[in-house]
Amino acid sequence: MKTLVIAEHDNVSLKPATLNAVAAAQVFGGDLDILVAGAQCGDAANIAAVIPGVGKVLCADNAVYGHQLAENVALLIADVAAAYDNVIAPATTNGKNTMPRVAALLDVAQISDIISIESADTFTRPIYAGNVIATVQSSDAKKIITVRTTAYDGAPAEGGSASVEAVDAVHDAGVSTFVSEEVAVSDRPELTAASVVISGGRGMQNGDNFKLLEGIADKLGAAIGASRAAVDAGFVPNDYQVGQTGKIVAPDLYIAVGISGAIQHLAGMKDSKVIVAINKDEDAPIFQVADYGLVADLFEALPELEAAI
Amino acid sequence: MKALVAVKRVVDYNVKVRAKADGSDIELNNVKMAINPFCEIAVEEAVRLKEAGTVSEIVVVSVGEKACQEQIRTALALGADRGIHVEVEGRPEPLEIAKLLKGVVAKEEPQLVILGKQSIDGDNNQTGQMLGALTGMPQGTFASEITVDGDKLIVIREVDGGLQTLSLSLPAIVTTDLRLNEPRYASLPNIMKAKKKPLDVMSPDDLGVNITSHITQLSVAPPPERSAGVKVADVAELVDKLKNEAKVIS
Repeated sequence: MKTLVIAEHDNVSLKPATLNAVAAAQVFGGDLDILVAGAQCGDAANIAAVIPGVGKVLCADNAVYGHQLAENVALLIADVAAAYDNVIAPATTNGKNTMPRVAALLDVAQISDIISIESADTFTRPIYAGNVIATVQSSDAKKIITVRTTAYDGAPAEGGSASVEAVDAVHDAGVSTFVSEEVAVSDRPELTAASVVISGGRGMQNGDNFKLLEGIADKLGAAIGASRAAVDAGFVPNDYQVGQTGKIVAPDLYIAVGISGAIQHLAGMKDSKVIVAINKDEDAPIFQVADYGLVADLFEALPELEAAI
Repeated sequence: MKALVAVKRVVDYNVKVRAKADGSDIELNNVKMAINPFCEIAVEEAVRLKEAGTVSEIVVVSVGEKACQEQIRTALALGADRGIHVEVEGRPEPLEIAKLLKGVVAKEEPQLVILGKQSIDGDNNQTGQMLGALTGMPQGTFASEITVDGDKLIVIREVDGGLQTLSLSLPAIVTTDLRLNEPRYASLPNIMKAKKKPLDVMSPDDLGVNITSHITQLSVAPPPERSAGVKVADVAELVDKLKNEAKVIS
């Protein structure tokens, strides 16, 4: 059995999601290789090479893969996949963007967002916003998989010494070009990798009030998230959104502030180890999943909390 | 230009879906069905492009059993011009839907294909990308803004780190994210008019597609229950519990 993991990276470093995908891939047993596709991505490939248990790192370093354009990268992965039984990517926006294209090129199904590997062909995955867990079996010889990163603790990052092999194939579909990106720069941990997350909802009333969360986040080393309502209202940018169709998080501590708890939001955070809810509506559904609920006006509770920790 | 919009019939987003007690399937009896919210955003975007004079005709397509003609009519009431129903029994997989849509694309030759980024039942997030691979078209997934600029489509995408802008050659595929627009409600006169708009029915055979299955659903189960915890009286008690009982802060 040979498994290929698609690295999530920014050319110079690996994203933690790669290690979650490696951990899932290790469940298959057998050989495990990593593909790093990018432009000037040698540094990321070298970092991938020290992940223990990796056979080799395939490094496809070319300008056409520079911004992970799905049209080009999918052609590359479909090409490289010929030698593998399983291809696994983390279910990040990159993985979600590219992998279905790979699957269709290979005329196989994709198994999206798996949370467990029961056997070589059987997996579990959440459906209907996580209200149901389906056990599914694939009849395809080659499995194209995206893995929910919160379902697997990251594999160790160091200790191995895999070889790095260059992949020279250049696949340029020539139909898409990168224009620009607006990436928020923050000193806080990444939302999906943070051990503490504090999220605000509609109850925050405006974007300025998210400052009330920042002081607490700084003290706890937390990432800041938001409900869809807060993002739709323009309080915070889209990349803050936690939920069924936003980011899936499972930190040690999740603090939901002014969030009512729609099922679409719960789908993104209910696997957190400890959930705290602060809401002035004592009937808010969020309290049904919270380990500790505080019925209070958040504008009084947040400054008190910041002072108390 | 012509726009093709794909819509899916799903369980209404307000319904809390449950697994049947015997784990064989989802409980779908007497459950309210609706157009998938992301597909509704796709229809709205096409209608806005038509209102702006960019799109000249909107064709809406749905793949599924006969009942999904209701969702096609909904899209027609929102402003689509005509409908195509590809009649398929059961629950076709994303790859098969993409193959059927490829057949429709070959017949209709749209310059723009708009789909929802995922359906809220299977949560697969695959069909648009697969259609892109099968047709060779570029894709702007998770779109929060699209602009036609000559023979290019400029797409702003919601990605993990923020926003990314791509330029795609037309014809192109767009999958919608939540912030692309806020769909309108259909007015009663438009609902009445929609009943008279043309709706063609096709079979997979008509499109040269042989439906196969790659994935078998063996069972379904509810997720692990999370029991409600305790209410704390004030911030001091909360901090005490987090420090000394849950031990998640120090």
